[in-house]
Amino acid sequence: MADLTTNFIGITSPNPFWLASAPPTDKEYNVRRAFEAGWGGVVWKTLGEEGPPVVNVNGPRYGAIWGADRRLLGLNNIELITDRPLQTNLDEMTRVKKDYPDRALIASLMVPVNEDSWKSILDRVLETGCDGVELNFGCPHGMSERGMGSAVGQVPEYVGQVTEWCKKHSDLPVIVKLTPNITDVRKPAQAAKDGGADAVSLINTINSITSVNLDSFAPEPTIDGKGAHGGYCGPAVKPIALNMVAEIARTPSLAGLPISGIGGITTWRDAAEFMSLGAGNVQVCTAAMTYGFKIVQEMISGLSQFMDEKGFTSTDELVGRAVPNLSDWQHLNLNYVTKARIDQDLCIKCGRCYAACEDTSHQAISMSLDRTFEVIDAECVACNLCVNVCPVENCITMEELAAGTTDPRTGKTVQDDYANWTTHPNNPGTCAAE
Amino acid sequence: MSHSALTPGITSGRLSDDDLARNFSDLHPPLDPHEALVAADRCYFCHDAPCITACPTDIDIPLFIRQIGTGTPEAAARTILSQNILGGMCARVCPTETLCEQACVREAAEGKPVLIGQLQRYATDTLQAAGTHPFARAPETGKSVAVVGAGPAGLACAHRLAMHGHAVTLYDARPKPGGLNEYGIAAYKTVDGFAEREVDWLLQIGGITLENGKVLGPDLSLDTLRGQFDAVFLGIGLGGVNALGLDGEDKTGVLDAVDFISDLRQASDLRALEVGRDVVVIGGGMTAIDAAVQAKLLGALNVTLVYRRGRDRMNASVFEQDLAASKGVRIITNATPRALHGNGTVREIEFEYTDDALTPTGETVRIPADQVFKAIGQALAGDALPDLDGRKIAVTGAGRTTVAGVWAGGDCAAGGDDLTVTAVAEGRDAAEDIHATLSA
Repeated sequence: MADLTTNFIGITSPNPFWLASAPPTDKEYNVRRAFEAGWGGVVWKTLGEEGPPVVNVNGPRYGAIWGADRRLLGLNNIELITDRPLQTNLDEMTRVKKDYPDRALIASLMVPVNEDSWKSILDRVLETGCDGVELNFGCPHGMSERGMGSAVGQVPEYVGQVTEWCKKHSDLPVIVKLTPNITDVRKPAQAAKDGGADAVSLINTINSITSVNLDSFAPEPTIDGKGAHGGYCGPAVKPIALNMVAEIARTPSLAGLPISGIGGITTWRDAAEFMSLGAGNVQVCTAAMTYGFKIVQEMISGLSQFMDEKGFTSTDELVGRAVPNLSDWQHLNLNYVTKARIDQDLCIKCGRCYAACEDTSHQAISMSLDRTFEVIDAECVACNLCVNVCPVENCITMEELAAGTTDPRTGKTVQDDYANWTTHPNNPGTCAAE
Repeated sequence: MSHSALTPGITSGRLSDDDLARNFSDLHPPLDPHEALVAADRCYFCHDAPCITACPTDIDIPLFIRQIGTGTPEAAARTILSQNILGGMCARVCPTETLCEQACVREAAEGKPVLIGQLQRYATDTLQAAGTHPFARAPETGKSVAVVGAGPAGLACAHRLAMHGHAVTLYDARPKPGGLNEYGIAAYKTVDGFAEREVDWLLQIGGITLENGKVLGPDLSLDTLRGQFDAVFLGIGLGGVNALGLDGEDKTGVLDAVDFISDLRQASDLRALEVGRDVVVIGGGMTAIDAAVQAKLLGALNVTLVYRRGRDRMNASVFEQDLAASKGVRIITNATPRALHGNGTVREIEFEYTDDALTPTGETVRIPADQVFKAIGQALAGDALPDLDGRKIAVTGAGRTTVAGVWAGGDCAAGGDDLTVTAVAEGRDAAEDIHATLSA
């Protein structure tokens, strides 16, 4: 079994699976259970400043969307930061860290945007023996109305300023947690880096309304007839999170900025994908909230097996491995020609490929009276929709046309050289350059 | 005095009320809402779906399943009932494993079809439980139609005609409407008086006058009906029962399976119903299975179903054969009845082994029997009917008989499988043809 020990910005943990700052990490009891289950690290539920703690609503604070058999696909929450006294949290963190010295323990922080508040909280958390701090610039609900959370994360100048304060007043590694509720995530990431951040973590939750009750006509979760937007997480947000992680990973000015990947990670495979796109480790919340802490055991065994199969001996060999293959559209090879192929032995004759192609694509699949479905190469643009809607895995595949053959759709011979939009004759920019 | 399975002869009260209640409960308990959602989610919403083609009434199955999946079972029911007004009963009695579910692509993919029959029941039960009728009558046309036989074909025909605004008089020989739905189907397939409730619900369309206890022949003549009404539909089923053609067929204990099934369906107290200890059922169709299984469930000690050809030739579906076996019915194939033994009362029945071509082997076997149920087929009864094709009423197109203004459908008409769903389709299609004719 591959050794999953991970060193993330100098913080060592026995595996790259951390629990994100969230309800599962709100108290000693939960965190001890998490460590016993095998989690490599924990980002404690976000701490606020000294004084009367925040309060939560007393009605439902989560909403969800489901797939088949109520499989939870997306979760939305309107919970705030920890609603327990600061000292209680600090005492518990101290005890836990002492008992689990090999696990990562990170303090998540959210205080008003002034230097004294940040200096004060940093001094307090230092006593716990924690391994680092994470600045919560992400929460999009409740706290953002008070000028914190995503209200900070949406203003790169604030992100940079607070990061600077934290580096100035503490020797602890600083991770800046970014909000996805912004048009270009590279801007706050750059501000964090410029402010001296040791790493960024992303994504926090996405502004969301998961559903509307069609009897009361109120957004859910509903509190006394009203609803407020919440933060969306879970498997449904993974593609958005992967893109944002990758955007940071491939931006030259951000090169080398460590990333803790967050967003819908449910299995070892999700984790491996985030890491291959540049995440040094991953943080998990919804999967644990859905299935309990035990899921980390599958993540550990799965990632170990995968690394063994690939011959990787360290997670470092996985991190960033897919980043060079992330490209801009304009650099994709236009001479790469594929056609859909239907495996007639696997086909169960449902006809979904036909309906999709005939109604919504390129009329490139024929249907015979006996329900045999075949690709019409002269029409197939290789869009992949048939592959995506086919219920049978590997029944429809996209096969590359060999160089030298003729594409029946275009009548052109397939070239074996690489050519992209930047050099294409239809590109006005190309003409201008001639 | 209490009896048990061991009590010899034909007697009642072999089982306790609790055992009987359990034995005659719903064969397939209804899906609960969550089960229905999970089952519905398995449907791939196929293009030009094979299940629709396989359904004799062409129900748009993918559409109704999608309607269930989105929380509108009432809309799903409307989709079903617009094609098949007896969709509730068909959901219970259709041999789905040889129709829609056999055609389901998930049967091809993984050997587990979408539960189309049970989903159909979920939808139709939901709508009928609300007590509303989803269809409205067109304005009165002033035309009248006699529908003879209130079985599946007649009911489907009458409903469709009434919906088009015609005045329908629905005759039936029996005291209650429903035909085989009411009298000829195993009790565990249609519990809690469903057949009766379904007919009551169907009649909510209005414009249908029900006249029970009117038999074609003694009470009604086709010629008179033709004179009184603008059109006549015959859905009279098969009123006669085939005989074994053996000496001693009149011995005590030798009965028609259809009567046993009918008595059981109409019984208010199953404990009062008599059944033998050693029961032999002769036949290989659904009626034979229904009789054999119910005899066992009533408490018979030994129930043997004997069919003259091989298993693969049995009309009863594999599901029904397996059901019988699971209830403890012994199935003997390739044996033809030769003699009934016993002095006044049947004691044994003798069979000779025969191959699939019914060639005798000369070897015989005797099976103890204090009760013998004959289930070797039913036959058309009555005279002064339109011309026959073989042993049934000849029809062309949508049930047109050789007599002008007279249509026929269901089991009494030639062609088609003798299934409830086929009868519904034929009744419906004849109604459309009658409507087109009367509107011309």
